[in-house]
Parts: sequence; structure tokens; C-alpha cells
Amino acid sequence: MDAPLLDVRGIVKSFGGFIALNGVSIHLDPGERLGLIGPNGSGKTTMINCISGALFNDDGKIIFEGNDITALPAHRRARLGIARSFQIPKPFRSMTVIENLFVPLEYAARTRIDHGRVEEEALAILERIGLVDLAHKNCGELTQINMRKLELARALAARPNLLISDEAMAGLSSEEVDEILEILFALNEGGVAVIMIEHIMRAVMRYSQRIVVLDAGRKIADGPPDEIVRNPDVERAYLGE
Amino acid sequence: MGKFSIGAGAVLLAGLAFTGAFDNEFYFFAGYVILQGVVMATAWNILGGFTGYVNFGSAGFFAVGAYTSVALNQAFDLPLPLLILAGGLVCGLIGLGAGFLTLRLKGIYFAIATLAMSIVLETAVTNWEYVGGAAGAYILTPENSLFFASYVELLFMVMLIITVAAVAFAFYLSTSRIGQGLTAIRDDELAAECMGVPTLRLKLISATAMGLFMGMAGAPYPFFVTFVDPISAFSLFIAINAIAMPLIGGTKVWYGPVIGALILGLTQEITTVTISSELNLLIVGLVLIGFITLAPNGIVGLVQGFSRRKRTDGRTSA
Repeated sequence: MDAPLLDVRGIVKSFGGFIALNGVSIHLDPGERLGLIGPNGSGKTTMINCISGALFNDDGKIIFEGNDITALPAHRRARLGIARSFQIPKPFRSMTVIENLFVPLEYAARTRIDHGRVEEEALAILERIGLVDLAHKNCGELTQINMRKLELARALAARPNLLISDEAMAGLSSEEVDEILEILFALNEGGVAVIMIEHIMRAVMRYSQRIVVLDAGRKIADGPPDEIVRNPDVERAYLGE
Repeated sequence: MGKFSIGAGAVLLAGLAFTGAFDNEFYFFAGYVILQGVVMATAWNILGGFTGYVNFGSAGFFAVGAYTSVALNQAFDLPLPLLILAGGLVCGLIGLGAGFLTLRLKGIYFAIATLAMSIVLETAVTNWEYVGGAAGAYILTPENSLFFASYVELLFMVMLIITVAAVAFAFYLSTSRIGQGLTAIRDDELAAECMGVPTLRLKLISATAMGLFMGMAGAPYPFFVTFVDPISAFSLFIAINAIAMPLIGGTKVWYGPVIGALILGLTQEITTVTISSELNLLIVGLVLIGFITLAPNGIVGLVQGFSRRKRTDGRTSA
């Protein structure tokens, strides 16, 4: 068996008296597609904030590719190959679409790409995501779906081994959801492991090889999608007693 | 040699020709004040405009630069270039230190912290007898003004060199990889950090550069006015001007503060002569209100918006 790409051990994170994560462990193999689901407030976003370094966990360990990254700031984790998109898109608003990609290419991926090929790399990613026609548009002019695509494109430009997609499809139409799913499938075929947080069950069930369910800061289930849908604990968490 | 360095060289030569062509000292007094404004505005904009951290304590940095000169002049009688370097160094370090303490604060809290820092520095200087305390200190202008007709001409040239240095720094910074990182921080700090930008380090670089150039702007000031006291050196007017000039010119590009400082500085000098010096503050206030409500991206933003509209009009009619 391969060594895991990501090994999260017993993460605890509390905000004041509220315990958002209470000893959650998750592991992920290289190239795996993991769905992370759970009711609102179950700790999904806190979990990926801890993995990406946007928040520091109070207890527990995070091991990425064999290295303990628990104490590393977010930018160092990005350089190691952890990239994320944000639930509410956070583009660099004063920049054009392609300039948004230059930032991760020049910083997160700096040691992993040929210097001087930044523009080519950015164009190649935009081509893949389907934004190449908008490369020189100001990102304030983008539509909702294109804003989501830009989030993914920018995360890709960081050249990740692990991509964390935080509700990349919320608020999109059914066709648009399929479009984003295609992009994420293609990415994964290129060898990138993906953690997908999603409320759209159809999407997350289709995409994930394995699903982890959080409820009130605890992991209540971990297994393949067809097992998860039949799990009584999951049903209880979503629908109540 | 890029276009920029050729332009910078041309500005320096023009300044030199200016000192040769005119004898009326007023031009050099006025010119010095305007250039000091350009340096302060450019320095402020490195942290305030490029990085998005609004500093209300500019007068504190300026005054510490000035008082570093007073103290070192009194103690060792150092030559002006060394005093300027020392002023820059001291203020750069204060910028770095203040950055460590305050750059974790966001928005309005950071602005208040810088204002408070300026007040703390003022209190310290007011109680420092060696540099004159609250009563202030007189500075003797050196006799030797090299090959210039008067000492103020020399000071004008010195300030022009500092100006070119500051603007050149801002130019190279804004076109560099670091400048790109600073823009990312200004737009969205968390996203920048998650895209691999070492946000704290870049903010510290930005704060240090800001302090450095403000200190350099302040260092020759005692020789220019020949009398400094805490009230004039820590004047709110200096802090407000340092903010108003970039806002009027445009904060997102290196030439924004230069344009703003030239326009506002010139207006202030003209009103001082033709109407009254008291009217200055009122003018700054009114112009600032006008720009913030009508043109939040300054003159540069107005011009860019206008040319963009023209372009899209052309496209739709084609």
C-alpha cells in the first residue's frame, strides 16, 4: 500500500467555548478523490482551513507527503503542494484573469516551474479550464460560473498535489455543475488528489471514491458512496431522529 | 538602461539646470516643499496604496528622521548625506518594528495603531532635552554650499535626489515579483497567503521601505527650516498631506502619488503666496472630500476609466 498523501491525526479546533472539530482524523492516498460532507456547522470548512493553514489547529497533527506541516504557515503549505479554492470566490480584484494566475505561479509553484514560462503556463491552465478567451478581462466582470472556474484555475496554477475544493458548485445550474465536475475529473486524471466539500449530493456522490461525513465536529462515517447513503448515522445527522 | 532610468537622469539634470538658471531663492524653497511632498506621498503609497495598509502616522516617521539629524548633528557634526542615511535607517527600523507589532491588525485598527505610535514618538521627543525638548532646537546652516549659489539650492538638489530614489524604488517595486505579491495582499490577504505569498514578510518589507523614505524626507528638514520643534515636525498637516496626495493622484500605480503630490503641493504653494497659508488645510480638506466621493481611484483612475470607456464605445460602434 502507498504511503498516504495526507494524514490528519486527531485534529482539535475550538473557537472560544465552541468546539468546531473534536479529534477528527482523515487520510488521503495520492490521486484519491475524497468527498467531505456534513450538515451546516459540522466543521467541514474549519477542517480544510486547518489543512490549508488558514487556521492553526489546537491539537492533533497534519502530515503531508511524510512531513509534519502542523506548524507551517499557509504559504509554506501552498509551496509544498496544497492548494484550495474558496467557498465565496476571493479573486484578486484589481488584476485581470491571467494576472490572478501569475501570483500562484510566481509564488506557490515557483520552484516547480520553469522560470520565464509563467505566461505560457497560465495560458495553458486557462485553456484547460475554458477561460482562455477571458484571459485579459478584469476579474470583476466575470459571471458566477466563470468566477468559480477562476478559483479552480488559480488553485491549479499553484501546481498542487492536493486540491481542496470548497463548495465550488454552490449556486450553479445543473449544466454548470456538470461542467465543473468535468474539470475536476480531468484534474484528477492528471494525478492531483482532490478533497471536495459539497452540498450538492448528486455531484459529490458521482465524483468521490470515498466519502467522509462530519457532524458536530466529529467524523461519523468514512467509506465508499454507496455505503454512506445506507449509513443510519448519516441519515440521522441529516434528517434528525 | 530602461526608459525609467533615462527619465530619472533627465529629471536630475533638469534640476541642476534649474539651480543654475534661477537666483530667486523662493523657487527653491517652494520646490523643496513640493519634492518633500512627493517623497512622503510615494513612501506612504508603498504601504498604503500597494499593500492596502493605511498609515496615519507619517508625521511620526518624518519627525524621527528630522530629529535623528538634529541629534547626530549635535553629537558628531556629521555631513548631510550621512544624516540622511541615518534618518532613513532609524525610520526603516521603526517601520519594521511597528510592522511586527501592528501589521496583524486589519483596516481601521491598523490606522489607529499608527496614529497612536506617532503620538508616542512625539511625547518621547518633547521630553528629550538633548534635542531641545518642547522648546525646539536651532540648527546652524553650514556655510559651505558646494558649487550652488545658496544652501537652499543645495537642499533642493538633495531633496530631488531623494525624490528620484524614492520614486525609482516604488517603480521597480511595483513592476517586481514582490510588487505582485503586495497587490495580491491588498486585494485579498488570505487568498494571497494560500497562493504561496509570504504575506507577513512582504508586509514587513513594505513597512520598512515606507519608514526608510519618510525618514530620508525628514532628515534634511532641520537644515531647511533652521528651527525644529515637536509641534511643527509632528504636524498633522504632514500626515494628512502624505495620505491626501496619493489618494488624489491614484494609489494603485507608482506615478499616482507623484501626480497627486505635484498638483496638491503646487496648489498649496500658490495659495500660500496669493491668498494665505491658513487656507492650505482647508484646500486639502475640500480637495480630498471631492476626490473620495467623486473619484475614489484618483486622477489616474479617472483617466483610465475615461480611456476604457472610449475603447469600449469604439468596439460597440464597430
